[in-house]
Amino acid sequence: MSDMPIHNEFDGIAALRAALLAGQVSAVELAQSALNTAQARSELNAFLHIDPELTLNQARHADQAIADGRSGPLTGIPIAHKDVFVTRGWPTTAASKMLAGYASPFDATVVSRLEAAGAVSLGKLNCDEFAMGSGNENSAFGPAHNPWSRDVVPGGSSGGSAAAVAAGLVMAATGTDTGGSVRQPAALCGVSGIKPTYGTVSRFGMVAFGSSLDQAGPMARSAKDMLELLDVMTGFDERDSTSLEACDGVANAPGRVRSDFDHARQQFEANGATPLQGLRIGVPTEYFNEGLSSDVAAAVEAALQAFETLGAVRVAISLPRTQLSIPAYYVIAPAEASSNLSRYDGVRYGHRTQTYGDLADMTSRSRAEGFGPEVRRRILVGTYVLCHGYYDAYYLQAQKVRRMVTNDFQHAFADQCDVVMGPVTPTVAKRIGDNRDDPTADWLADIYTLGASLAGLPAMSIPCGFSQGDTPLPIGLQLIGNYFREGQLLAIADRYQQVTDWHQRKPEQH
Amino acid sequence: MEWEIVIGLETHTQLSTESKIFSNSSTRYGAPANTQANEVDMALPGSLPVLNRGAVERAIQFGLAVGADIAPRSVFARKNYFYPDLPKNYQISQFEIPVVQGGSITFYVGDEEKTVNLTRAHLEEDAGKSLHENFTGPHGESSTGIDLNRAGTPLLEIVSEPEMRSAAEAVAYARTLHGLVVWLGICDGNMQEGSFRCDANVSVRPKGQAEFGTRCEIKNLNSFRFLERAIQYEVRRQIELIEDGGTVRQETRLYDSDRDETRSMRSKEDADDYRYFPDPDLPPLVIGADWVERVRDQLPELPAAKRARFQSELGLTGYDAAQLTMDRSFAAFFEDAAALLSAGQAKLAANWVLGELSAALNRDEQAIQASPVTPQQLGGLLNRIADGTISNKMAREVFAAMWSGESGGDADAIIEARGLKQISDSGAIGAMIDEVLAANPAIVEEYRAGKQKAFNSLVGQVMKAAKGKANPQHVNEVLKEKLG
Repeated sequence: MSDMPIHNEFDGIAALRAALLAGQVSAVELAQSALNTAQARSELNAFLHIDPELTLNQARHADQAIADGRSGPLTGIPIAHKDVFVTRGWPTTAASKMLAGYASPFDATVVSRLEAAGAVSLGKLNCDEFAMGSGNENSAFGPAHNPWSRDVVPGGSSGGSAAAVAAGLVMAATGTDTGGSVRQPAALCGVSGIKPTYGTVSRFGMVAFGSSLDQAGPMARSAKDMLELLDVMTGFDERDSTSLEACDGVANAPGRVRSDFDHARQQFEANGATPLQGLRIGVPTEYFNEGLSSDVAAAVEAALQAFETLGAVRVAISLPRTQLSIPAYYVIAPAEASSNLSRYDGVRYGHRTQTYGDLADMTSRSRAEGFGPEVRRRILVGTYVLCHGYYDAYYLQAQKVRRMVTNDFQHAFADQCDVVMGPVTPTVAKRIGDNRDDPTADWLADIYTLGASLAGLPAMSIPCGFSQGDTPLPIGLQLIGNYFREGQLLAIADRYQQVTDWHQRKPEQH
Repeated sequence: MEWEIVIGLETHTQLSTESKIFSNSSTRYGAPANTQANEVDMALPGSLPVLNRGAVERAIQFGLAVGADIAPRSVFARKNYFYPDLPKNYQISQFEIPVVQGGSITFYVGDEEKTVNLTRAHLEEDAGKSLHENFTGPHGESSTGIDLNRAGTPLLEIVSEPEMRSAAEAVAYARTLHGLVVWLGICDGNMQEGSFRCDANVSVRPKGQAEFGTRCEIKNLNSFRFLERAIQYEVRRQIELIEDGGTVRQETRLYDSDRDETRSMRSKEDADDYRYFPDPDLPPLVIGADWVERVRDQLPELPAAKRARFQSELGLTGYDAAQLTMDRSFAAFFEDAAALLSAGQAKLAANWVLGELSAALNRDEQAIQASPVTPQQLGGLLNRIADGTISNKMAREVFAAMWSGESGGDADAIIEARGLKQISDSGAIGAMIDEVLAANPAIVEEYRAGKQKAFNSLVGQVMKAAKGKANPQHVNEVLKEKLG
């Protein structure tokens, strides 16, 4: 058994695809070696469900497609899905005891789109229960571990996805982001992750957490690799009523993000030695508050300087409602979650308690047993803020703040900057168990990611450095774009990744 | 003390769409349990609602028909409560901003016209059904089953203002509303299958008092008779309670038709906090003016317009016009039959459709669409009355024969075959009268002495002699002549 799966010998998805098409490597070989490594690295607890036969079957189809000359953009590329995307083949648990062993009769749109593009899935990835958490410690099936150091969290909620990409178990993975759940683990594991504009990627088949915030996005080693996945994932879906048919007059369909990317790249190339000339980077003063650690501040500052070297100009901006986005988010997301999760009652599927008295008793016991503490906490908060008499004071007020946060960004994009940049997290990854006695400490650490979530803007995290000390841990840079500019964001990140190598750093095997 | 009764109705109307309001599974009634429930209806993880535009279209039709405002932007909200036959444990409904706002319903109580204003009508999904009886679990234990076939069926909940003042008014309102939604084709009106069911809010107050009394809501009344009796019982109960020194408690009550009484289900204090909030899975429902206009163009002539036209153009009474326009097929039958008659004879057609035809349909429990006598056949018969060929009485016999299919239902053929043609020949009638007068000198004497009754007796004798075929008007005229 090799230490590293074969796909890690290739620079990225494009190179791997070329090798597959040239017959230098087969999809089955890739899948087999990836499966072997995934199983060998079980100490990461990145995967919740692996089914080699399902994976190899997809790989055989991929090889056949290549042989028949009908390959798709991702044919044979090994990926894996966060376990909040429902899958017909693998169980779907959302990392909850509530859904242990649950088999979905249908695939999520994201899953079927990637499968249709030829991607081969290695299985389902660990995460925080129902995507609630920022350390992957809230999984009913144990925490996932950060490949950079076994003792620290990989971030969350898409912690398994970030860990799997960072450890090289897959070329890319899907994640979901409600308040930072793609960007934060990407930052803490040293990989790239993007949350696209709300409404561009279908939510059909995503186990719902906060419906007005949930958005799926890819996690990969580079901006270019994210583009390969995102361009396939994006698109109108009639089964999701919040899915957009058009984005600023352009049909929401595969090809949209790529064409935006290509357009931006051409412009950068035309600029010669200063490719990002004219690009105005808004740097919110509120993102550099006292909570920001010096390691992160230094790495982000260095990245901003690198962008300036590429020709961009830095503009100080203000997003005055940044602090308020924490309470607003922690009212809206739990409110929606309390309602979204009420379907888990043990009646039709999922965990049902063994012993109970009446109906109400069955429902409460099943839910008390099936949900973990963080999920229960958020359901209680959400139920409270929607109660008659509190609704106006909490939920309605939070919606007003949400609109103000959105306006802050629109004000900045209207006449100050083209892209916003700043840190993703105040600190690098914490040790597993650190915040166990203070459950809301993690909530405060979401301060930099919540704004883009509340506003529905595309936002990305790319690696930009490491912390000092004995165990250097990755640091992420956040890029927030205006609506539907995920192509432009990816092109800007790609430019940075052409002159830096943070994204190519790989953890040693611990 | 004199009491005033105050009633408002909330009516759940099942819309006649093929598929459910937020999923594409079928709404057909009576399929085996859970065969018409897909991932959305079962609330499987990852499923999402998608609004059925057909349901919206029907709501617009209704709104236009009652003169309501169609909200250009309305909002779906989640009504959160736990119940096993509510799969998501929230119902998608409309709360703050409903699709239909205002409007009114005009109806007759006896021959008195009454108009009741509507508060609103909103779209929502129905729940599934809990099967409590004769249901056993997988291990043979007594259990409760869940059938989700009905879950997600589109409903239009129509809310009236509390403007009805008697059970009779409430029933007349409900019948008219029922007639209207069936007329529009937006609901099949089948009350046994639950397609049209009412919740009645009932309160009483001393006559002249401005404030309303405390109300009770009686749930799920699925027949007009139950609606009437439940209200009557509830009104009695509340009045007796107050007169005995008690107070009415705000609560939800159920009507038990076997015992003919209402029973408390839950009081306001233990009512759920539904934690309504806008459903983030569904964007606001935007209805453009063009959509409304398109629906308006396709609306059939409405009962009220038809009623007015029947009065002004055909000279019918308000009452007859209202009766005929309770049902669209009924009105169409009448119009088709009346069209065959000469002007001024519409009243004759109205009498027959509301009288003989309705009675026969009721007796045989037939829908008018399946009537054995067609409007054309009825028109043929009525023409024979109008031109004096047969008497009204004879016509009933002919109608009965037509109903049973005699002579292909052709009135003329039946009159011919049965020899029912009226004798209108004055000579023949005169001869018969002469015979009767000769045979009954005593009665003739009585008449001459001033007894009007005697005249009728003589007419009877003549009719008898003519075997009923003599034209009564002619008999009257000739007899009077002869008696001088």
